[in-house]
Amino acid sequence: MDDLLREFVTETNESLDVVDVELVRFEQDPNNAKILDNIFRLVHTIKGTCGFLNLPRLEALAHAAETLMGKFRDGVSATNEAVTLVLATIDRIKKILESLEREQREPDGDDADLIADLERMVSKLASRKAPVEPPQYTVGTLTPQVLERPLRLGEVSLDELERAFRETPVDPPVVKPAPAKAPPAEPAALKDIKDDDTAKSGAQSIRVTVDTLEHLMTMVSELVLTRNQLLEIVRRHEDSEFKTPLQRLSNVTAELQEGVMKTRMQPIGNAWQKFPRIVRDLSNELGKQIDLEMLGAETELDRQVLDLIKDPLTHMVRNSADHGLETTEQRRTAGKPPNGRIRLSAYHEGGYIIIQMADDGRGLDTGRIKAKALAQGLVSEADLAKMSESQIQRFIFAPGFSTAAQITSVSGRGVGMDVVRNNIDQIGGTIDVKSVAGVGLNFTIKIPLTLAIVAALIVEAGGERFAIPQLSVIELVRARHGSEHRIERIKDTTVLRLRDKLLPLARLSDLLGGDAVGDVESGFIVVTQVGGQTFGIVVDKVFHTEEIVVKPMSSKLRHIAMFSGNTILGDGSVIMIIDPNGAAQTLGKFAASQLDAQSAVQTTPDVTAGQSTSLLLFRAGSTQLKAVPLSLITRLEEIDARKIELSNGRHMVQYRGHLMPLITLNESVNVKGEGAQSLLVFSDGSRSMALVVDEIVDIVEEHLDIQVASGDAGIIGSAIIKGQATEIIDIGHFLPQAFADWFRRKDQTQRPKARSVLLIDDSPFFRDMLTPVLQAAGYAVTVTGSAHEALALLSEGRVFDVAVTDTEMPDMDGFEFATAVRADARTADLPIIALSSVVSAEAIERGRRAGFHDYVAKFDRQGLIAALKEQTDVGRAA
Amino acid sequence: MNTETSASNLKEYVTATIGGQLFGLPIQQVQDVFVPERLTRVPLAPPEIAGVLNLRGRIVTLIDMRDRLGLQPRAGDAPVMAIGVESGGESYGLLIDSVGEVLKLDDAAREPNPINLDPRLARVSTGIHRLDGQLLMLVEVDRILDLGIKSMAA
Repeated sequence: MDDLLREFVTETNESLDVVDVELVRFEQDPNNAKILDNIFRLVHTIKGTCGFLNLPRLEALAHAAETLMGKFRDGVSATNEAVTLVLATIDRIKKILESLEREQREPDGDDADLIADLERMVSKLASRKAPVEPPQYTVGTLTPQVLERPLRLGEVSLDELERAFRETPVDPPVVKPAPAKAPPAEPAALKDIKDDDTAKSGAQSIRVTVDTLEHLMTMVSELVLTRNQLLEIVRRHEDSEFKTPLQRLSNVTAELQEGVMKTRMQPIGNAWQKFPRIVRDLSNELGKQIDLEMLGAETELDRQVLDLIKDPLTHMVRNSADHGLETTEQRRTAGKPPNGRIRLSAYHEGGYIIIQMADDGRGLDTGRIKAKALAQGLVSEADLAKMSESQIQRFIFAPGFSTAAQITSVSGRGVGMDVVRNNIDQIGGTIDVKSVAGVGLNFTIKIPLTLAIVAALIVEAGGERFAIPQLSVIELVRARHGSEHRIERIKDTTVLRLRDKLLPLARLSDLLGGDAVGDVESGFIVVTQVGGQTFGIVVDKVFHTEEIVVKPMSSKLRHIAMFSGNTILGDGSVIMIIDPNGAAQTLGKFAASQLDAQSAVQTTPDVTAGQSTSLLLFRAGSTQLKAVPLSLITRLEEIDARKIELSNGRHMVQYRGHLMPLITLNESVNVKGEGAQSLLVFSDGSRSMALVVDEIVDIVEEHLDIQVASGDAGIIGSAIIKGQATEIIDIGHFLPQAFADWFRRKDQTQRPKARSVLLIDDSPFFRDMLTPVLQAAGYAVTVTGSAHEALALLSEGRVFDVAVTDTEMPDMDGFEFATAVRADARTADLPIIALSSVVSAEAIERGRRAGFHDYVAKFDRQGLIAALKEQTDVGRAA
Repeated sequence: MNTETSASNLKEYVTATIGGQLFGLPIQQVQDVFVPERLTRVPLAPPEIAGVLNLRGRIVTLIDMRDRLGLQPRAGDAPVMAIGVESGGESYGLLIDSVGEVLKLDDAAREPNPINLDPRLARVSTGIHRLDGQLLMLVEVDRILDLGIKSMAA
């Protein structure tokens, strides 16, 4: 394409974007002559250049638009209709420019329709001119004239100057009222200065193609590598005279690198530029009054990221205007200001840019989201009941989810927030939503500043180096024999005991399909978090953190999920960048099952939805597999059998400064005399007991379905786990064996008469597990499997000191049960303790309203005992 | 690229020896010839991919031609060269034993692959030239690089 033409197209497109924004501003502030001047000048420039380049269509359009705007300048107030027409003309010009860019000539066609409309509007406005008041120009219009944005190529400067002269007498009272209105004039003046600043910086910039910048970037990388090689050489020659100049070269190179990186940065305002126009058009189309506010438009981020974020943001702004904000009447009725507000803001935080988009509309309709989520089968009703408001709101990001009742031309075409989230996911960002019904909603997007450069931890595994993005690394742990952090093995899988949690581990070389052998018991563990999953990646060595330039993987290697890209290190070698998501996937089911109980509680529907339990499989006494819920186990230990002592007929071992009793499941289990003895340690406060096992087999994640109940004490029943019949051990049975004296002493001194507890849980497993625990703690336990049964017992007149109920049950859940109990005068005072796998502030609050006295996490035996004690003591005192 | 309909009958080929066999690559497809250094192995990669390296700031993916052609693996200390080629904006290096001279060959003298040619050779070869004392097998870059990754990823 002709250079001149290309220049023209680029420049005109830019000017038009400005005109777009300015026109909308002008419409809201029709007395601001400065804005109008700016628009006028831009359009005039376009017109002039078109004539010069022989582009008759564009010239005619620009001319007609200019004539109409000339009327505004003559003091005719700009009607909405007229502005719409000018905007339409600008759109047409843009379209012509597009094909001009493609085909290097104006497309065929004719704009008589639009020009006729424009002319009609001119005469219409002209006829209305008479009644219109003489122009009341605001103060301060004169001063900025000369300081206006400098002209690009200077084509119309004379014309402009002349016009300025011609207009000066139009508003004579400029000087006089100024002192009177001094205070309000102040900010305007300030603003003018600011505008002037930006105008100056605009003049100081030149246009460079992206290719040039990319090339520059590559060359700088080359320079860095060469410098590093030189440094390496000089290091070998002690007394080199090159040392000092090379140090300087090194510094200059670093600075150059930083400078080139900076050229990739662009203000986020570039992505926002079109929003005023979009919002204006929408507010016309939808009959809503919308104010758009943009803060932090100067916040910079990488060009590439900017491109990727543009569309999602546009979609969100449209959504807000269309669905989020109410119509003017609705707002009035709701007692809100008639103008709806959309606010965009951006700021930097660490290596991220945070973009917020808020509106003061009606907020999300949680009820409708619930209904839709159910209808689409995204969640079960039971799970939905457990979810917090914010969890429910997150469903809007689910694929194919749109709550708009009616499809409008603006949004709701079936692509929704899921697309937005996908785009943001792709660039390693996150999006969150907060909404308050009737008050508004707020999206927060967090994205990395740049995709090209990330901080990464350089590690070694299997003799090769890899980079792990720093963002997903939580901490580094050094594991060694006998140290506080130890790597332990459970069959083929390894776990790390980190602050009393078991963290699933995988060697990086294993994840990469290697068969490297090494010391499994020691190494560096990179504790990594991906979404809700936390796991450890075991590496042989950890070097340092480095800012790496991410280069895309070759198309022949892109299918490998473990890598997100590769990079060239300072020493010139290429290394792979580990994708933490891919690592989590590879770690697979194992990682999912290992989520510690706490994170399982806080998180997401999909974790609680499964209702599966992590079980530790082991053998003891026979070849039959046995299992116990992993969450009950405090630690896995392997001790030297010679340390086991026999005291008073019982096996004991010194453990963390206490004597810990060892319990066997039955007589057929032998406590070893030598070698290593595996133990499962269960702790209750400072007291621990250990179960002697022959072999720890595996950790599995299974839906626990006890099929055959057992007559044996200590065994709850059998379930099929991994295709094998497995005995589920009743730890509650063994706890009193170890702590017998402890419980008994307490019981005798404190409790003349056992208190009665009504236990309600639909899960036989929990019933069977809790019953012995409660009995051991000195309570008389009555067990029911449903809230209905429990209510029946109560209505029969049975009296209990306290009720303990599961919150999640079919038919009637714990909340409903509590409400029913409170409603009955006879039982209104019965203390109720809720047992739940979900312990969140919201759930507790809900429980308190329903009438629960206390709220305990399901596996928190100690907490339950304490809560029971408190409630029954209160009952007695009363 | 279809060599048969080409106007000129003389074509230039860069020759290379791989496992004792002489191969010829159209010269316009060859960017450069280099000695691969500081090769980084890529775990989980297809077996044909020997690794990646940094060549003047570009990351080059190396294809082990012996593996690709189903030939015996190279002895550990045997010398190795690489022919740099480009495809789809990406840089590749084809690992060969040694590079030979550039030959001008008459396209009319090109013979089709014998039907009993090993399929692993046949899938990359576009024909045979009979030279003095040996056969030159013509290969195409696009065919060499078509590793069928897509089906693997699926």
